[in-house]
Parts: sequence; structure tokens; C-alpha cells
Amino acid sequence: MSSAATAAPAAARGRLSLRRRRALLTYLLMGPGVAWLVLFFAIPIVNQLWVSLQTGNADTGFQQTYNWSVYPDSISQYTDQLFRSLGYAATATVLCLVISFPLAYFIAFKAGRWKNVMLLLIILPFFTSYIVRTVAWQTILADDGWLVHRLQDVGLVAHDGRLLATRTAVIAGITYNFLPFMALPLYVALEKIDRRLIEAATDLYASRVTAFRRVTLPLAMPGVFAGTLLTFIPALGDFINAQLLGSSQQYMIGNVIQSQYLVVRDYPVAAALSFVLMALILVGIAVYARLLGTQTLRESIA
Amino acid sequence: MRTRADRLRDWAIGIWAALALIYLFIPIFVVALFSFNDNKGRFNFTWEGFTWRHWQHPFSVEGLGPALEKSLIIGLLATLIALVLGTGIALATVRHRFRARGVVEQLIFLPLATPEVVMGAALLGLFLTANFARGFVTILIAHVMFTLGYVVVTIRARLEGMDLHVEEAAMDLGANEWTTLRKVTLPLIAPGIAAAGLLAYAISIDDFVVTNFNAGQTTTFPLFIYGAARQGVPPEVNVLATALLLTVLALMILNVLLQRRLARRDAGARPTSAAPAPVPEVLTPGTAAAH
Repeated sequence: MSSAATAAPAAARGRLSLRRRRALLTYLLMGPGVAWLVLFFAIPIVNQLWVSLQTGNADTGFQQTYNWSVYPDSISQYTDQLFRSLGYAATATVLCLVISFPLAYFIAFKAGRWKNVMLLLIILPFFTSYIVRTVAWQTILADDGWLVHRLQDVGLVAHDGRLLATRTAVIAGITYNFLPFMALPLYVALEKIDRRLIEAATDLYASRVTAFRRVTLPLAMPGVFAGTLLTFIPALGDFINAQLLGSSQQYMIGNVIQSQYLVVRDYPVAAALSFVLMALILVGIAVYARLLGTQTLRESIA
Repeated sequence: MRTRADRLRDWAIGIWAALALIYLFIPIFVVALFSFNDNKGRFNFTWEGFTWRHWQHPFSVEGLGPALEKSLIIGLLATLIALVLGTGIALATVRHRFRARGVVEQLIFLPLATPEVVMGAALLGLFLTANFARGFVTILIAHVMFTLGYVVVTIRARLEGMDLHVEEAAMDLGANEWTTLRKVTLPLIAPGIAAAGLLAYAISIDDFVVTNFNAGQTTTFPLFIYGAARQGVPPEVNVLATALLLTVLALMILNVLLQRRLARRDAGARPTSAAPAPVPEVLTPGTAAAH
């Protein structure tokens, strides 16, 4: 009797401590990693705002003056680069989509036993360093190079014309470097489509074109959205292509942030621009999340 | 019913796909070709004849060897740290419910969706504010930060496909959490951890942007090439890049053959279709979890 009376609370205490142990374990497991991300990702992003409002110079030091005018000032000074970044990134994203949709479609529906080989072939070039690949494009497009001479022969490039240091070169470079980010999510989305749905459409007398337009394409949209985001965001912040394949006429916002931080050492302007870029992207993601639902968005990216 | 127009369209798609793949390989051919270029000056832009010279002495360029070594070491350390931290996050977020879950999810997701230039600049801002000298340590910190998300996502994909009951069975049989983790969970998710490690390593040794912001005077392999690009990249860089690519290719082929053999053994005498190549999964963190 008395033993039963004491056993019940003891069991309850045992359960409670198990639950608490569980909770403790959870925090122990993720604590270090989460702390790392807070300390070296979240805090730095917020810190950008703090840095951007300072005034001074790199030699004598910066003081916090809550100089909010840095935002309108730097945005108006670098409007060209901001819009150029948006334009280049958007063009490259569309080009990536146009190039990789038929490729992904072919791999998912037609490649048969060559499927894995073709997927490997998409990934393989990207085992060469980003910089090496872009320098290779520099070689291909070089003023004295084979390609420029052939294009001059056919008259596609003027005799004193060049390919390097043009908008075309920079956009082509971005398109090249981010192509797998578009092709792979597209492939995954197309691969997941239930083939029976397409068969059903053709059985019901839809032509193959109609079946594609009304069944395949809508079902591939998650892949298109994911690929667009995965291509557009890194393209927006890219500065390597503009640096190596373009000239100052093609500089993007990434080039400005890089040179303001590392060359000019005007940290507040650099921080302000990078904060603006981050804000633009967060707004973009929010709009996307609105359109797709957060869950779909996160799933499609991660 | 396949009409003639359908067949024509299939051909067009096939040709387009082939052209797209060729486009992807053009710069790679150029990199390999120019590793044999007998270039006279510093520049390696025009073809001047064939030579084995650069392949015989790939490390003859000053600074190239140390830079490569630094990249390999940083990659290894960053991968190890990210694997430990990332496995913890993956286990915690898949297994347990807790209040701050939404915030943690955002913390994992956002670095994957942030342009590198913003991450690099923000981190440099922090180090400047804290007056912390840039160098080996700051590069390592940065690399762990931006590989962590990929690691978590890749390991989580593996965990989500796993049967929870195995763990419960172990606990029922008297194993405590630590023993269960060590003897049951970790061995089961080992392929996921391996894939995550390879991915993290590949991302780390190729990173330029974030490293560029936080390197101080330290030079990694990508930083070395970028610096060299102003005066002409030496052909020795092409040699190393080509050699690296051939190594990866060899590993991939080996892997496919191994998988095929394993699949055949599992399936007995039955002929098997093409074995799944694990590499696409390794390299597509964005898509791994979507399967």
C-alpha cells in the first residue's frame, strides 16, 4: 500500500527526467552548430547595419554617427551597378532555363540507361575550380584568340571589335557558371513526374504537344522555381565574371562591394551596399515564398 | 501515337541536349589543352606548340604548392568541424520537437540562399569590428559557416529515410542515448555523412569569394589563381586542374563499377539495369532532400 503510493510519484519523476534529458540532449546536439551560425552568419549580417552607419576612414578609425544618409547616397551613386546586376542576373537565369530545360527533359525522359552518365557529365566540369573555368573563358574569348578571329572572318565581330570586356562575355560567363544550379533541380522535378499522367493525357487524345503543355510543364514548375532562385541569387552577387571577362563598364554590385571593402576600405559604403543586396534578396525570397508557400520553397532549395 | 513531327522534335531535343553538354565541356577542353602549351612569355592565351614540360614540374611555380596545400588543409579541417556540428543539428532537428525550431530552420536555410559576397563582406565586417586579425583561422571559421548548411541538408535527407524503430529497439534493450547514437544511428547514416563530407570538401577547396574577404595575407589555391590571372595564369595551374579532374573522373567510374557489382551481387543472377551512381546525390544538395 505504502510502496504503491511512493512508486507513482517516483515513476512520474522518472518520466519527467527522461523528457528533460531528451530536451537537454537536443540542445547539446545542435547547440554548437547553431551557435556557430548565429555568431558567424546572423550576427555579422546584423552587424553590417551597425558598420554602415559609421563615419570616418580606415586610417584614423570609424566612429558610430548613425549616418543614415549613407543609404540614399550609396544607392544613388551605384544605381547603374545595382540595375546592371539585376539585368545580368535575370538574363543569365533565363538563358540557363532555355539551355537546360531541353537537356533536363532529355535526361529525365529519353536518356534511358545513359541517364546517370549524362548527370555525371553535367557535374564533372564543375570539379574544375570556378576561377580556372572562368580564366578558360578568358582564353577562349581573348582578343588574339581563335574564336574572335573566326567571328571577325564571318563579320559577326567588327575587325577592331572584341568579345572580352563586353556585356555578352559577362552574361555568358554567369550563364555558364550557374547552369547546373538550374539543370539539376529541373531534372529532379521532371524525373518525379508520374509517367502515367502523361500516358493518360495522350490516351484521352491529347497530342504530345498538348500533353507536354498541360501536364508535364505545370508539374515541372517547382523545378523551374527552385532553379530560378538557385541561379538568380548567386548570379546577383557574382563579381568574378565581371572582373575576369568584363571591364569597369560591366561591373556589378558585387564588384563595388568587393573593392569598397578590400581596396578603397570605405567600410560603411560597402556594408550599406551589401545590406541593401541582402534586403533585396530577402524581399525576393519572401515574394517567392508567398507564391509557393514556405514549405515548398525550403524543400525545393534544401 | 508518334507522328513524324514528334520524332523530329525528339531529335531536336536530343541534339540540343548534346550541344548543351558540349558547351559545358568547352572550357574544360581548353584548360586541358593549354596545360600542354609551350608558351613563351608569362601569358598562356595563344597556342604555341606542344610540350610535356609543365606536367613534369607542376609545382615549379613559386607559391602554387603552398597555396594548394593550404586549401587542402583548410578543406579537411573545415569539413571535419562542419560534419561534427552538422550531424548534431541534423539529429536534433529530425528527432526532436522544440520551440525554437522555426528559427533554427531559417538559420540553416538562409546561408544557402545568401550570395557569397554578402556572407564574405558581413563576416569581414564582424572581424573588423572585433579587431580580429584575418588569416588561417578566419578562413576556417568562414568555411565551416558556409558548408554547415549543405552538411545538415545532406545528412537530414538520409535521416528522414531511416526507420525510427531501430533506435527505439536499441533503447528498449537497455542502450542509453549515447550508445544508441554510436552503435545504431551513426552507422546507419554513415553514407549520408560521407556524402556530406565530400560535398563540404569540394565547396571548401573551391571557394574564392568568402575566402577573398577574410584571408588577410593567407593565400589559398583559388586566391593564387585569381592573383595570377592578372599577369597570366601559369600552365602549371592547368596541369593541376586537369589532374584533379582526372582523379575525380577515375573515382566516379570506380564508384559506378563498384555499385554495379554490389547491385549484381544483391540481385543474384538477375541482370541489373544501370546502377545508381551516388555522385549526383553527393553533388546536388539542393536536390538530395527533394527525392
